[in-house]
Amino acid sequence: MKKLINDPKNVVAEAVAGFGAAHADLVTVSSDPIFIVRKDAPVAGKVGIVSGGGSGHEPMHGGLVGPGMLDAAVPGAVFTSPTPDPILAATKAVDGGAGVLHIVKNYTGDVLNFETAADLAAADGVEVRSVLVNDDVAVKDSLYTAGRRGVAGTVLVEKIAGAAADRGDDLESVALVAERVIAQVRTMGVALTPCVVPHAGEPSFTLADDEIEIGIGIHGEPGRERIKLEPADAIVDRMLGPILDDIPFASGDKVLLFVNGMGGTPQIELYIVFRRAAEVLAERGIEVSRTLVGNFTTSLEMQGMSITVLKLDDELTTLWDAPVQTAALRWGR
Amino acid sequence: MNLDVTWAKAWIRTGANVMSEHRVELLDLDRAIGDGDHGENMDRGFQAVLAKLDAVPAEANPGDVLKMVATTLISTVGGAAGPLYGTAFLKAAIAVQDKSDLDGAALVALLTAGRDGIVLRGKAESGDKTMVDAWTPAVDAAAAAQASGADAPAILLAAAEAAEAGALATEPLIARKGRASYLGERAIGHRDPGAQSSALLLRAAADTATQG
Repeated sequence: MKKLINDPKNVVAEAVAGFGAAHADLVTVSSDPIFIVRKDAPVAGKVGIVSGGGSGHEPMHGGLVGPGMLDAAVPGAVFTSPTPDPILAATKAVDGGAGVLHIVKNYTGDVLNFETAADLAAADGVEVRSVLVNDDVAVKDSLYTAGRRGVAGTVLVEKIAGAAADRGDDLESVALVAERVIAQVRTMGVALTPCVVPHAGEPSFTLADDEIEIGIGIHGEPGRERIKLEPADAIVDRMLGPILDDIPFASGDKVLLFVNGMGGTPQIELYIVFRRAAEVLAERGIEVSRTLVGNFTTSLEMQGMSITVLKLDDELTTLWDAPVQTAALRWGR
Repeated sequence: MNLDVTWAKAWIRTGANVMSEHRVELLDLDRAIGDGDHGENMDRGFQAVLAKLDAVPAEANPGDVLKMVATTLISTVGGAAGPLYGTAFLKAAIAVQDKSDLDGAALVALLTAGRDGIVLRGKAESGDKTMVDAWTPAVDAAAAAQASGADAPAILLAAAEAAEAGALATEPLIARKGRASYLGERAIGHRDPGAQSSALLLRAAADTATQG
């Protein structure tokens, strides 16, 4: 394993310190407990938006803090949910009197720690609403699993909820918009190589040279099946089927198509994927009216990508287009 | 040894050392069916507990030690294990909070409350391939031992042995809670890391009680 790190124990603290130094115009970083808030927090009268989760998915969530998106991000240890203390501290730091929305990815650890923090915040007089993102169609949502995982669709939830808060919606309305995005967004991922958690020092799973994992989670959790490597178009077709059949998406729908890199896949390959995904959508009569391509929800150095499709309506489109100013997403300002 | 505050501290000190010693084993178990951080998180949490253990006054009750363990684990472990173990220790602490010496009935109450806390937070049932599969056999064995007149150390020993058997028995199960639930049949053949760390902790409780 080769990594640009010092002591594995200090990976998150050092990365967050570096992020704060690099983006001092946008954010302020707290080192104990560790969280990242937008520089002008709290914004009086605006609903605060807080997300977080294990580190290793950068730029999510720290890179999405700034006007028009998140008010705070709470990074845990690599692939480990943050504890309630920093979530509580971040929640209080962004409460401008209009309450705080927690955007939580559906993993047992994240849910339990955010739940505990929300209870503590309520006890301190801060109104908190929580939404759970569960866009991953690779895993079955049933009584027999912990439910669908939250993956790259989280970025779209955060952008649109952030825009709703920015235009002055109250807490209930922001939560409803977030819930609507969650109801209309679906994702599936694929891994070509595993990732290596710094303190573990070994790959979190193994794949033979000619194997790929369809339906991979963003922590390297297994998905639907392990198959031999195929041409990019065949892989895209294999992934889009379950995504499009899930809601389902129908001819005439307008969608946002998001091709997300897992960290180790070059942009040139992401665009090959995008090309095919757009073709398939066109064949089905689905209009790609907004797009996003790049590394947003990564899994350390994993080679792979995910495809996310969000069904848009006029309001969600307007909120997507609204100005945003963060380290990773920036337009209109 | 009397099961007083000195025992409670000894249990937790031994437990912390055991988490360090078994860090890699727990990481390996979690890498197989989870996300490979359980050993790291438990070790980090119990090292933080260890640093605060001496500050608990000698005239405190065992419950005060357990309460400190609870709040420290909640603040330091993260993942699912932090809130689950934190709630277990918190409920256990409340169950014995006024007692300076724990008799058999108090031990059964402590273990039962701990298990109930885990179920309350995690909503898992027996057979879901989770910590509950170590804790529930331990609670049942402790209650049976107490009913048959066993002394306190023997009750803890029965609980520890049942927890170890319970952890082992998670190997053939399909997981229905937590990250391993996404694996379906691929989880078969792997021991649940949370059940294993639970068994290690209960073994530490029994060892410190019987050694005294």
